[in-house]
Parts: sequence; C-alpha cells; structure tokens
Amino acid sequence: MFVASRDLRFAKGRFALMGAVVVLITLLVGLLSGLTAGLARENTSAVTGLPADHLAFAAPPDGQSVSFTNSSVTEKTWTNWSARPGVESAEPIGIRTLNAASGDHTAAVSAFGVEPAAGIAPPGLAPGAAVLSEQAAQELGVTAGDTVRIGSLEQRVAAVAGDASYSHTPVVWTSLDDWQRVGRSGAGTGGEATVVALTTTAGADLAAGDEAAGTETKSLDEALTAIGSYQAENGSLQLMRGFLFAISALVIGAFFTVWTMQRSADIAVLKALGAATPYLLKDALGQAVLMLVAGTGLGALLASGVGLLIGGGDVPFVLDPPTVLVPAAVMIALGALGAALSIRRITAVDPLTALGSAR
Amino acid sequence: MTLTLDTVTLTYQDGDGRLTALDRVALDVPAGTMAAIVGPSGSGKSSLLAVAATLVTPDSGQVLVAGTSTGELSRAEKSALRRERVGIVFQQPNLLPSLTSAEQLHVMAHMDGRKPRQVRDRAHELLAAVGLADKADRRPHQLSGGQRQRVNIARALMNDPDVLLVDEPTSALDHERGAAVLDLIVRLTRERGTATVLVTHDRAHLTEADQVCEMTDGRLYVPAAA
Ligand SMILES: Nc1ncnc2c1ncn2[C@@H]1O[C@H](COP(=O)(O)OP(=O)(O)OP(=O)(O)O)[C@@H](O)[C@H]1O
Ligand SMILES: [Mg+2]
Repeated sequence: MFVASRDLRFAKGRFALMGAVVVLITLLVGLLSGLTAGLARENTSAVTGLPADHLAFAAPPDGQSVSFTNSSVTEKTWTNWSARPGVESAEPIGIRTLNAASGDHTAAVSAFGVEPAAGIAPPGLAPGAAVLSEQAAQELGVTAGDTVRIGSLEQRVAAVAGDASYSHTPVVWTSLDDWQRVGRSGAGTGGEATVVALTTTAGADLAAGDEAAGTETKSLDEALTAIGSYQAENGSLQLMRGFLFAISALVIGAFFTVWTMQRSADIAVLKALGAATPYLLKDALGQAVLMLVAGTGLGALLASGVGLLIGGGDVPFVLDPPTVLVPAAVMIALGALGAALSIRRITAVDPLTALGSAR
Repeated sequence: MTLTLDTVTLTYQDGDGRLTALDRVALDVPAGTMAAIVGPSGSGKSSLLAVAATLVTPDSGQVLVAGTSTGELSRAEKSALRRERVGIVFQQPNLLPSLTSAEQLHVMAHMDGRKPRQVRDRAHELLAAVGLADKADRRPHQLSGGQRQRVNIARALMNDPDVLLVDEPTSALDHERGAAVLDLIVRLTRERGTATVLVTHDRAHLTEADQVCEMTDGRLYVPAAA
C-alpha cells in the first residue's frame, strides 16, 4: 500500500468523513445487537436455561406452528414420553403469565409450574413454597421467607435464585400442583401442563415419540420461536440490523466508486508506468480495509462504552464479545465487499489515456 | 538496436470504417541515441509512442524493446516490460498528487517489488541530476511547471530503462525552461545509454537529435543519415 496510504493522508478530510459514517453505523449496529440480545434474554432465558434438550408441545392443528400459548398437555403425554427408549426424563412444565403481589408491590410474572422432585425444578421448591427469580423478588420487594400472592394463591418464598425471564416477565417457580390450582378457574380437567421438557440420549426416536404422544418436539433453540413476543421482536430487530448492514455496504460502495473514478487518471498513469492491475487492486482494497477496520473498531469501542453505561439499568442490553465483535466483523466483510465491487473498475482503466495531452 | 519498429500498422475504429494512425512505420533507435519525431497534429506521433510503450497492440508489424519481441506478451508481461525496460515522459507531468517528488520515484521501485528504502539513494541521485535535490519533499502542487516536468523525467529513469519515450515535454513550458528540459533529456540519453524517442513540435530541438523523422498521415519518413 504505497500510493493508497499516502492518498489516505492526503485526502484525510474525505476519508475521515467516510470513516465517521462507518463509526456511526457500527455504533448503531452494535447498540441494536446489544438490545436485540438483551430483549431476547428477557424473552427466553427461562427456556434456554432449562436443564433439558427438547420440549414437546401439543401438536398444533394442521398448517399452524407450535406456540406456548396454544399448547396444553396432559399427564398421559408425559407418562407416555417417559416410557420411550432414549428418554432419560420427561417432566411437565406449566407456563402461565400471572399477576403477583406482596404488600403494595405488584408485578406481572411468569409462573413456571414443575414437579418439585423433578431434575428441572430449582432447589427449595415445594408445594406452597415458590422459588422467585431475582428480578421477581426485586419487583415484589420480597426475600426468602416472605409471603407472596401469585394469582389467587398464597405462597411462601422458599428461595430467590437465578435470572430466568420469559416473555419479558420474571419467572416464579411453583409446584405443578399449585400452578394447576392457580389456573383452574372453577373446575378443571386436572393433570395439565403446557409442555414436556425432555432429556434424551442420542438414540431417542423423537418422531416416533411425537406420533405416540400426539406432540410436536422442538429443540430448545427451535422452541424460542414458539414464544410469540420473541418471534415478533427478534424478527423486526434482525431486519433493522440487516438493513443497516446493507446500507453500510452500499454507502461504502458508493464512496469508493466516486473515489476510484476521481483517481482514474492517476491509475492510468500508474498502469502506463508499468503497475500491474493486481498491484493496483491490492493497493486500493488495502486502503478500504484499513479505513473499515479503523472505523468499525472505533464504532465497536463506542458501542461497548455506551453498553457499559446503560447495561446495568433498566434497559435490556447484553454486552459480551459476540454482540460487539460479530456485527463489527460483518461490517468489515460487507464493507470490503462493497469496496471491492467499486474498486474493480480499476481493471477497466486504459493506460493509453495517460499519453497525450488529454489530461 | 534497443528499440525497433518493423512495418508497424495501427488502425483505430472510426465510425463505420477504420482510421490508419500508423502506416507501415519502421524505426530503429540504437542505445545512447535520440530520434526526434516531428509532424502535424493528428499525424500519429503519440500513437507511435503508445505502440513502442506496448500500451496498444499494432494490427501488424513488430515492436522490439531491448531485443524482446512484444507481440506475444501477455498483459502482465507487458506491464513488467514497461516497469523494467521502458521509461515514459508524459506530455503533462502526470505526477500523483499525494506523493512527494522522492516518492514519485520510490513508487516505481515499489511497483516492481522492491522496498523504497533500497532505492532511496538512487532516487536522490536522479533528483539531483535533474536539479531538484532540494525539492525532494515537495508535493506536485508545491512545484513549478518546469520542476514538475523534471520530476516526470527523473521518474521515467528510475528503473534504469533501455527505452525512453518522451511526448512533447516542453509544450507546457516557456522557451528557456523548455530548452533546459531538452538539454537534460539529451544529456541523460548519452549518459545512461537509453534509446530515446522524442516527439516534439519545436524545430529548435532537432539539432540535438541523432535522427529526425517526419510524420505525416501515419507515414514516417526517415531521412538518410543526417
Ligand atoms: N484512441 C483512439 N481512438 C480512435 N482514434 C484515435 C485514438 N487515438 C488517436 N486517434 C486518431 O489517430 C490519429 C493519430 O493520433 P495521434 O494522437 O497519434 O496524433 P499526434 O500526432 O500525437 O497528434 P498531436 O500532435 O495533436 O498530439 C488521429 O487522427 C487521432 O484522431
Ligand atoms: Mg500527441
């Protein structure tokens, strides 16, 4: 990069301007990524954190996909699943969003009902004794030993543990019996839950299990799309991020198109003097990558700084290396692609134009 | 013979037909000598230089640069030939705006895969030879027209070419500066043993040339030894 690095210094105003655009887009993408991850965590951490590998949903009607809201399974379903080969455990989980209150504090919570003896149950869970996530305890202003009302039930707080969250509400673990009682307005069918959490070995035949139990089984990651709020949010946030990536690639492409056109007389001279085309392409691409790396580096740094400032508060924001570095890497890759497509026109510059007095 | 054109014909697309820019041109330029080409505008002088510099491929005929026949060379090989064997002094100085005078010379080595550090002394020696030792760190916009033209000449000599092609080097200069630039080209031709082709419209330049050729309508007339 002999000429390009000197051009960079010589035309620093123009490159600083373009670099600033890259910094800002990276900052925006970084913040959006942190927010997306933060919102996703609030939506899904209770599901992704389950010590199980699959969830069996009640098979939805034809043409529909599974959803937590529409799923309902019976005792037959999980006894059926536990008996299948390769299934180490099949535990029912009841999920329901409820109002919880303690003193004059109230909060919307997601009640997760599980059998207290099950492997997926948090320690301390017992009939009449709930385990609250930290967020739920904080919002209700309670600690272990206090009493809370969950839906229509009085529960003792057995423990406060974990940061499980589901559909933007903090999770409260109750025994399955209590959960069923909360949900039963008047008479109920009994023995119901929302999904069955499966721990399976590699040999388990899930399709046959679904067939026998009348369920549709999803891995934990696939199951996230069954959370209605997650699907809607995540979809639109990813779309925005995608557009930002596309915009940055286009803007960088446009910048280098103009830049390369401005330089075409110089390129013709260099070619006439004997510079090989690959030499010139490498020179120009190196310049683009240098600017991109500097711009995205600074943008990612700023995004991390802003993330640190707001991450602790009420804003759902996840700041970890992937949320900052992955979008930065994508920015560099897409920007370099946009630049490469524009720089390609170097190939077409005719050195003959350097001769004569055309300039 | 360091530069030989053997019955070179070059045509350009011109509307429906073709325009003959060079018509069976033959020219021999031995090392250390200068051939001056004169002729009216549009007669084909720049085209002759372009062919000699392998910037265009003639329709027929042979171009030999330093003994290498250029007809069969690939694009990359032609680039390498220009880098290593051919020096071009452009009509306009065509300096790169972001580079200092010394760097205009260094880039010639860099594009040839050598480190600018290794050629610093040579660049300095060449700038001194064209009287610009004290302007090595100036960028083109900080130089006068004549100074730029001298950097242009020094750059053409950087990779020690066998063939030096010079296109109207004084057209942008006043008479005195033009004469100085011409003296420089003649001196460097003798000292460095290049085969130099000088396109000019200035008859005053012709006394210094070893051969003077007239170009008219693509035909080159080489007078019997002057
Ligand atoms: N790239 C090109 N395409 C088509 N025709 C061209 C091209 N370059 C030159 N010509 C034509 O070829 C002829 C010779 O052009 P050339 O540039 O060699 O003339 P010249 O002797 O250098 O003229 P001048 O003294 O004005 O520089 C002219 O008629 C010109 O119009
Ligand atoms: Mg000309």
